[in-house]
Amino acid sequence: MARPLINVPKTVRRGDSFEIRILIAHPMESGQRRDEYGKQIARDIIHSFLCTYAGEEVFRADFFPAIAANPFLAFTARAVETGRLVFTWTDDHGAVAFDTVEIVVE
Amino acid sequence: MFQGGVAHAAPHSGYDDAGPQVRAMQDDDTQNPGFLWVQQGETLWTEAAGSRATSCATCHGPVTAMRGVAARYPAFNPATATPITLAQRINHCRTEHQGATRLPPESDALLALSTLVAVQSRGLPLAIDDTGPLRPFIAAGETFFRTRQGQLNLACATCHEERAGHHLGGALIPEGHANGYPQYRLEWQKLGSFPRRLRACMLGVRAEPLPADAPDATNIELYLAVRARGLTVETPAVRP
Repeated sequence: MARPLINVPKTVRRGDSFEIRILIAHPMESGQRRDEYGKQIARDIIHSFLCTYAGEEVFRADFFPAIAANPFLAFTARAVETGRLVFTWTDDHGAVAFDTVEIVVE
Repeated sequence: MFQGGVAHAAPHSGYDDAGPQVRAMQDDDTQNPGFLWVQQGETLWTEAAGSRATSCATCHGPVTAMRGVAARYPAFNPATATPITLAQRINHCRTEHQGATRLPPESDALLALSTLVAVQSRGLPLAIDDTGPLRPFIAAGETFFRTRQGQLNLACATCHEERAGHHLGGALIPEGHANGYPQYRLEWQKLGSFPRRLRACMLGVRAEPLPADAPDATNIELYLAVRARGLTVETPAVRP
């Protein structure tokens, strides 16, 4: 599976809010479709997503089957200190994936 | 009365017909899902493969050196005296220069490398040399484009030239320019190659799809690149 595309500013001024954008590679199979033999294709979606910043939860989302493949999320956080943004998401196979990115607060 | 059609007009990219949301996805590299494959391609570019343990970068250097290459493809391959597509050229490199196995058509790895090379030429005008040895193959591609086929007895030109700008059900019929491949189609929910799109059209007119790497598939890709002259490379394009 390809790595996600994460887009955050490298540096932010303390107290400013900044945008976090993440595009995750995932098929997001809805479970509603059938293959060419009429057999149901098992559901395989990311069902939960969490982002922490310097150890503190800043964003959490539950996903449902109507979300398209390769979901894109954009949300904001306020810069308090230099630290790691950690993104964690779990899919129906139980696979927990994560990625991190460092942000410098001046 | 004749309406629509593109016979003598400047080519019109499918981008202009797409909705504002789709155009926004293509315009913003952080939202364009095609960049997931570009990123994967960047990893593969420097990854040693095959019996000679060489990577793309060993011979070609940084991938930015490939700027302009995709705008010239499909190109003439003197060794076989036939045109060769970018994906076929990548596989040729793998078997001849890396001693590696061919990447299967439509595999993520082949799409990733093709997209990575093509995105270097983004914004450059398509520049196929139609004066040299490619001429007979371009002519063969045009014959394919204008030949009716399938149970519905439609040629490519019937829809994408005569009826371009009209609707098929709720969908607008585009002029069918292949300047953004590999491209992300929302209908596919993934990135796909031009041959995949061609197979979908051929199934649509109830013809037998061309096998992978059929000469006609390369010829039509070549003819479309000449036909779309004036447009720029849009890879990875986003289309509905």
